[in-house]
Amino acid sequence: MNPTTGPTLVDFGHDPLWLSIIKAVFIFVVLMLGVLFGVWFERKLISRMQHRYGPNRAGKFGLLQSVADGLKMGLKEDIMPRTVDKVVYLLAPVIIAVPAFLAFSVMPFGPMVSIFGVETPLQLTDLPVAVLLVLAMASIGVYGIVLAGWGSRSPYAILGGLRSSAQVVSYEIAMGLSFVAVFLAAGTLSTSEIVAKQAGGGTWDVFGLEIPQPSWYAISLLPSFLIYAITMLGETNRVPFDLPEGEGELVGGFHTEYSSSLKFAMFMLAEYVNVFTVSGVAITLFLGGWRAPWPISIWEGANTGWWPMLWFFIKLVLVFAFFVWVRASLPRVRYDQLMAFGWKVLIPLNLAWILLYATLKALRVPESNKAFILTLGAIIVVGGLAIWFRFDTLLQRRREAKAAQIEEEFEQLREEPEAGGFPVPPLDLPHYHGVLPAGQASTAVKEVTSGSN
Amino acid sequence: MTSQVPDLWPPSAQEVVFLLLGVVALGSALLVVTTRQLVHAALWLVVCFGALAGGYLVLTAEFVAWVQVLIYVGAIVVLLLFGIMLTRAPIGRSAGLDSGNRVTAATVAVGTAAVLVTVVVQGFATAYTPLEPGGGAAATLGASIFRSWVLPFEALSVLLLAALIGAIVLSRTDIRPANPAADAGGPAAPTTPPHPPDPAPPPADGSGATAGETGSGRVSRDGG
Amino acid sequence: MTTHYLVLSALLFVIGGVGVLVRRNAIVVFMCVELMLNACNLAFVTFARQNGNLDGQVIAFFVMIVAAAEVVIGLAIIVTIFRTRRSASVDDVNLLKY
Repeated sequence: MNPTTGPTLVDFGHDPLWLSIIKAVFIFVVLMLGVLFGVWFERKLISRMQHRYGPNRAGKFGLLQSVADGLKMGLKEDIMPRTVDKVVYLLAPVIIAVPAFLAFSVMPFGPMVSIFGVETPLQLTDLPVAVLLVLAMASIGVYGIVLAGWGSRSPYAILGGLRSSAQVVSYEIAMGLSFVAVFLAAGTLSTSEIVAKQAGGGTWDVFGLEIPQPSWYAISLLPSFLIYAITMLGETNRVPFDLPEGEGELVGGFHTEYSSSLKFAMFMLAEYVNVFTVSGVAITLFLGGWRAPWPISIWEGANTGWWPMLWFFIKLVLVFAFFVWVRASLPRVRYDQLMAFGWKVLIPLNLAWILLYATLKALRVPESNKAFILTLGAIIVVGGLAIWFRFDTLLQRRREAKAAQIEEEFEQLREEPEAGGFPVPPLDLPHYHGVLPAGQASTAVKEVTSGSN
Repeated sequence: MTSQVPDLWPPSAQEVVFLLLGVVALGSALLVVTTRQLVHAALWLVVCFGALAGGYLVLTAEFVAWVQVLIYVGAIVVLLLFGIMLTRAPIGRSAGLDSGNRVTAATVAVGTAAVLVTVVVQGFATAYTPLEPGGGAAATLGASIFRSWVLPFEALSVLLLAALIGAIVLSRTDIRPANPAADAGGPAAPTTPPHPPDPAPPPADGSGATAGETGSGRVSRDGG
Repeated sequence: MTTHYLVLSALLFVIGGVGVLVRRNAIVVFMCVELMLNACNLAFVTFARQNGNLDGQVIAFFVMIVAAAEVVIGLAIIVTIFRTRRSASVDDVNLLKY
C-alpha cells in the first residue's frame, strides 16, 4: 500500500473472519447510535434555527430524548390492522431498513490501521464496483416503500407509496448520472480508490505563493456535486421532497398504517440510516472521503492512523446539519414540480455536463491545443446561453399568453358566473328580488339575498 | 479452456453455494408461476433475480451481478409492481389467474426441458473451467463494449430512446387530434345535448361551451 | 460446473415458458418473460466464463437493456388497455382475432 494515498483494492479480502465481524458490528453499532444522536441533533438544531430550545428535559441537553422515544415505541401496543396483507405488511419495514445498513459496508472510514496486530483498512469491504452496490441497495429500499403502501390497504398509504417510489426511482436516475462524472474522473468504481484519487491536487503557483489546489471532486466536478446534493434530498424523502409523507395531504404517506410500535421505529431508523448513507456517499465521492481538509492536512499525521475516522465523522455531522438546515429553510414542493424538476431539469443538465466533461477529458492535450479547447468551450457556453435565452423568451411568451387567457376567463366568469362549468345557481332569479314564482301564493315572502345559504 | 472435470464428490465451496442459489432460484421461479397472489409473484421474482445475481457473483461476473440487482430488482420489478397496482390488483388470491391450456403447457414444458437438458448435458458434460477471481470488473467490460461492441451498443441506445418516446406517447391522454372542434362532444361526453353550432370556432379550452346551456358546461370542459 | 449452470438456466427457461403459457394476467406473463430472459443471461454469463472472454457478459447487458425497453413499452400498453377495458387479462384482449 502507498502510505500517501491509502488503501486500494488489493488491500481488501485478507481480513480474518473475526476482524470482519468486529468491523460489521462496529458499523452496526455506530449507525444505531448515530440514529439516536441524529434524531436528537436534528430536533435540537432545527429548534435553535427557529428560536426555541427543543428537547431539553431528558438528560443533559435532552440527550436522552431519543432513547426515551425509542423506549416508548417499544412499549406501545402493537397494532395490526385487520385487512392488511400480513406477510407484506411485516416484511416492508425490514426490507426498507436492511439495505440501508448494507450500503454502509463499502464506506471507507480511514486508511490502514493495525487492529490487534492485523494491518487492515478501516472499511468493511470494497469491490471493483462498490458504488454500484450502494445504488443497488438504494433501489432495493424502494421495495419497502412500495410494499408498505400496498400492504397496508389504505388509500393514503398506497398513494404515498406510489408517489414515493416514483420519486425515488426518478431521482435515482439523476443520482446515478451524477456519479458518472466521478467515475470518469477517478477511473474506478471502488470507493477506497475514489478516495485515494482525491488525495492530492496540484498546487496553484500564484506570485510565488503555493496554494494547494482543491482535489475534492465537489470542487472540480461542481455541477455533479450540486445535482447529487439535490438528488440525495429526493432519494431519502427529506424536505423539500418529503411528498410521500406530506402530512397535510396524505396523513403519514406510506407508513400511515404503521401507527405505533417497533414497525414504525424501523421506518424512522431506515430514514435516518438512509440519510447517513447518502451523506457518506457524498463525503466519499465528492468531499475527499476520510482525508483531512486543507488547513488540517498541513499536519503530517492528519491522514494516518485513526485520525481520519474523526474527519469522516465530522464531515458526516456537517452534511447531516445541511439536511437539517434545508429542512428548516425550504417549503415542500408540489408533486408535479418535483417530477418536472427531476426529469426536465436535473437529468438533462446532468447529461449535458457529462457530455461536456467527457469531451474535455478526451481533448485533454498539451498546451498547444489549449486555445482551441478554450474557444470550443466558449462557443459551447455562448451557444448554450443563446439557446437558453431563446427558450426563455419562448417560455416567457407562453406564460404571458396563459396568464392573459386565465384573466380572460375570469373576466368572462364575472360576467356570467355559470360559464366556467361550475354549477352555480343563477344569481338573478326572480325570487331573489322578491318576485313570487308563478303558482305560489305566499303572504310573507321576504327577499332572499344571495349570500344566505 | 476446458480443464479436467473434477469429481462431483466432495463438492467445492463454490459448488455448494451455487447449489443453494440454484435451489432458491428454481423454487422462487416455480412460486412465481404458481402463486395466486399477484404481488407475491413479483416478490418471488425478486428473490429469483437476487439468487441469479448471486450466481453471477460465483461466476466472478461482478459487474453484471450488481447491474442485475440495479436494473432487474431495482427498476424492472418495481415497474411491474407499479403496473400491478395501477391495474387494481386485489389483495389476496385472485381467481381465474390461470388459463385453460395446462395440458398443452405441461407437454411443451416437459418436451423443452428434456431437449434442453439432454443437449446441455451431452454437449457440455466435459466442459469445466476453474473459477478464478477477477474478469468481470467494470474496466475490462467497458473496454470490451466500446472496442468490439460499439455498434450494437449504439443501436440499443436508439432502441431505448424509441421505447421512452413510445411509452410517453402511449400513456399520455392529453394528446388529441389537431382539430379541437372534432372531439368537443366526443367519446368523453356521450350525453351532451347537441350543441348549437358555434358561429366562431371555440377556443382550445372549455370556454367554448359558453354559448350552450348551463348544464353542458362541465361536460364539454372535460371533453375539450 | 458449467453443466450445472446450463441445466439451471434451461430449467428456469422452461419454468418461465410454462408461466407464459399458463398465466392469464398480462403482468404475470411479463414476469415470466423476464424469467426466460434471465435464464438466457445466466447461460450467456456461463459461456463467457467457459470461453474465458467477456463477450457473453456484454450480451447479458444488452439483454438487460432490451428487457428494460420491453417492460416500459409493455406496461404502457397494459395500462392503456386497462384504462379502456378494465381488465389486465390477456384472454380478454382478443378483438383482433375476429
